[in-house]
Amino acid sequence: MSDTRPSARYTEYHPRWYRTHVSTWWWLARWPYLKFILREISSVFVAWFVVVLLLQIRALSRGPDAYARFEHWLQNPGIVLLNLIALFFVVFHAITWFNLTPRAMVVRLRGKRVPDRWIVSANYAAWAAVSLVVAWFLVRP
Amino acid sequence: MAETISLEVLRYSPEHDAEPSFQRYDVPVHKDWVVLDALNYIKDKVDGSLTFRWSCRMGICGSCGMMVNGEPKLTCATFLSDYARDGSPVRVQPLRYFPVIRDLVVEITDFMSKLQSVKPWLIRGDEKPVSEGEYLQTPDQLDRYKQFSMCINCLLCYAACPVYGLDPVFIGPAAIALAQRYNMDSRDEGAHERMDVLAQHEGIWGCTFVGECTQVCPKHVDPAGAIQQYKLTATIERFKSFLMPRGAK
Repeated sequence: MSDTRPSARYTEYHPRWYRTHVSTWWWLARWPYLKFILREISSVFVAWFVVVLLLQIRALSRGPDAYARFEHWLQNPGIVLLNLIALFFVVFHAITWFNLTPRAMVVRLRGKRVPDRWIVSANYAAWAAVSLVVAWFLVRP
Repeated sequence: MAETISLEVLRYSPEHDAEPSFQRYDVPVHKDWVVLDALNYIKDKVDGSLTFRWSCRMGICGSCGMMVNGEPKLTCATFLSDYARDGSPVRVQPLRYFPVIRDLVVEITDFMSKLQSVKPWLIRGDEKPVSEGEYLQTPDQLDRYKQFSMCINCLLCYAACPVYGLDPVFIGPAAIALAQRYNMDSRDEGAHERMDVLAQHEGIWGCTFVGECTQVCPKHVDPAGAIQQYKLTATIERFKSFLMPRGAK
C-alpha cells in the first residue's frame, strides 16, 4: 500500500467512513431471506383464493347456468395450474405463520410461559378441526 | 507448525484505500481457537496494523461481533475448527450495514442514539424514599423480562436485519428488545413514554418479521418476539385510546 492515495470515497461529514449499499437482490443471498420473501408473496395467492371464492358465490347467486359456466372455467388447464401454485403458497403461508405464532403470542399459565410447541400445536389442531368440519359438509350423503 | 487455516480479512485504511479489499493470512489451527484468537495471532505475530474491537473473550462485552463467512457472529464464540474441515478460507468482515471506520471496526453511534431514545432504564412516577426499602419482585415478575435483559448490545441482530440495511431509520431489534425489557419490568412505570418512540413507523411497524435477528442472537434474547409482542400491545393501546374517555388508562 502506498502512503499517498487520497482517493477515499466521500461520505457527508465523515469522508473516510466506508459505506456499503444493499443490493436489490439481497433476498437471494440466504435461504432464510428467500423464505421470508416467499412468505410475503404468499399473501398474493391468499388474495387470489378470496377472489375465486367471491366469484363462486356470485355464480351461485345467479343460478345453475352461471354456476355450470363457473365450474367449466375452473377446469381450464391454466386456472388449474394457477390454483395448484396458489394451493402450494397458501399451505406455505399457513405453515410458516403457524410456526411463527409463539414469537408473537406469549401465553402464561400459573405464572409460567406455555411452551412454544403447545401454541404451534394448538394452531395445527384448530386447522385440522376446521378442515374436518369442511370435509364433513363436502362428503356427507 | 502443524495444520494451518487461511483467513481472508477485509482491510480498509481510510487514509489509503478507496474501498476495502481482502487480505489473506495463514494461521495455525488449534482445537480450542476461536476466530478472535486467530485475529489476535495475526495482530501479534503477522501484521500489527490489523484493527478490530474485542474485550472480554467470553461473550459478555459484545465488542467482537463480525461477519464470519457472511454470518453475523461473536468471534470469541466462533470456533475455527468448525470452519477448518472443508479447507476453504474463512472470510472475516466488519458487521454488515454499519459504516466502516477501519478494517473490522464499525461506527455504532446510530445504534447508541437509538438505544437512548427508547429510555432503557427504570422510570418511576414517584420514587419512594430509601427508608421504605427496595422495590420487590417475584420470580414470575422477573421471568417476564429476564430474557430481554440478556442483550449485550453486540449488534449481530442489526447485521442480520435487512430492514435496517434498507431503511436505516428503523430503530432496530436490540433497541426494541431492550425497551421491552423495561416495559415488562414490574418496577417500571415508563411504558407510555417509550410508546411515542416505539409505536411509530420507524419503531415496531418498520419490522416485517424476517426473524433473522432472533436466529443470530448469541444470548437468545429473541428480539423478533419482543417486536411482535409489542405490536400487539401497541394495537390494544391504540384501540383503548379510541374507545376510552380521555385520561383513562
